[in-house]
Amino acid sequence: MDCSCTLNKTLQHPALVRALSLGLLLLLWIAAAALTADASVLPQPWALWTPFLQALGSGALPYHLGMTLWRVVCAFVPAMIIGVAVGFLMGRFASVDRWLDPWLVVFLNLPALVLIVLCYIWIGLNETAAITAVVLNKIPNVATLLREGTRALDPNLDSMAAVYRMRPLARLRHVIMPQLAPFIAASARAGIAVIWKIVLVVEFLGRSSGIGFQIHFYFQLFNVAMVLVYALSFIGVMLLVEALFLQPAERRVRRWRTA
Amino acid sequence: MIKVDVRRKAFGEEEVLRAIRFEMETGETVAILGPSGIGKSTLLRLIVGIDTGFEGKITRPEKIAMVFQEPVLLPWRSVVENLTLVHPQLGTQAALSALERTGIADKAGLFPGQLSLGQQRRLALARAFAGRPELLVMDEPYVSLDPAMAEDMLSLTEALIAETAPAVILVTHSEAEARRLARRCLRLAGKPATIIEEFAAKPASDGWEGHHDRA
Repeated sequence: MDCSCTLNKTLQHPALVRALSLGLLLLLWIAAAALTADASVLPQPWALWTPFLQALGSGALPYHLGMTLWRVVCAFVPAMIIGVAVGFLMGRFASVDRWLDPWLVVFLNLPALVLIVLCYIWIGLNETAAITAVVLNKIPNVATLLREGTRALDPNLDSMAAVYRMRPLARLRHVIMPQLAPFIAASARAGIAVIWKIVLVVEFLGRSSGIGFQIHFYFQLFNVAMVLVYALSFIGVMLLVEALFLQPAERRVRRWRTA
Repeated sequence: MIKVDVRRKAFGEEEVLRAIRFEMETGETVAILGPSGIGKSTLLRLIVGIDTGFEGKITRPEKIAMVFQEPVLLPWRSVVENLTLVHPQLGTQAALSALERTGIADKAGLFPGQLSLGQQRRLALARAFAGRPELLVMDEPYVSLDPAMAEDMLSLTEALIAETAPAVILVTHSEAEARRLARRCLRLAGKPATIIEEFAAKPASDGWEGHHDRA
């Protein structure tokens, strides 16, 4: 009886559950690889270690990881800035919302692939087209979230800032942005995950560097191990970005809630 | 001198205020009485200049402060920052003195969410008086407080008004509160609301006495 209670309590620990869940996924992979019994289709997890070390040693993996990460940053920053500004204006001014809402619906429902192909055709097979395609794909999602955030702004705080004649910049920084911060953080976290996937498609279709290009290359060689090495390496990098930058930033803006 | 002349205020087709005229001097406290939903808060929004969509004219001073029904603080900024960000001309030392005056100086580094409701109300009062306003507007500031806390806040407000001597407009539905703080009371009634009665709240030293029906 006591044993089962202790086990139940242990299994409620979030970190342990997370580790067990990932372990279960790994077990599934091992079982699937064993059942497939063909390393060229699905290699065992440990079979990726040697190709990983080779790619790392040759410098190819860091180079292509760096290129993809650079494109993610180049797309993420303008997508967030433009998306936040558009969403804020739409949430704040009903007339702007009336004009831009149909655009938002169109762009939200336009498949990412269509935008990528059109950007490559109209702008050319270059970095500008690649980044533009990713930015255009992401802006509507950020704008939608920020519009909701702006609509939820506390009118009493607005009144307080107006009565006390707070300066516009101070009002933006100390009254409005802290209220929008959870929405910006949520769109940043969701955004970075979507952006890197779109960047991979962009690289797959029209670039000569980056994880997407490498996956395309090894796909043509039918080298599943290298496809997995590149994909898992980038997932690792993005988890690091999340843990080192996004989560601490989110904790910081939420600090007052938990104080 | 504050002059309020609201000829008409409507939300769409619905007229909520009509022919509301009164004047007040610096240092005078006027209470506006009336039942809930009559339009008292709407009138206050016109007086402080948040809402400019009305027919009429309001002459008001530059330095205005307001105490809302709720404390309306910046929960993500510390107690002392709630003063210094709203009054940038106020130094940290002056802000701490304002907190000291309202009895919450030891809470300066906390976030408002870490304060009790009474302490949050004190912070709202400190914010209102710290800028030495020429006009202070109070929108049912003691509503939802228990009697002991309301008495506590009334006494503190009385003392702060005596020290800074702004013109004060107090909106309340409690005649006792009005009589305690104000010299003159205006009663709103009707639809659209208008001033139907004006009476002295405190024994007047300047000869103002008795009721004046305006209906």
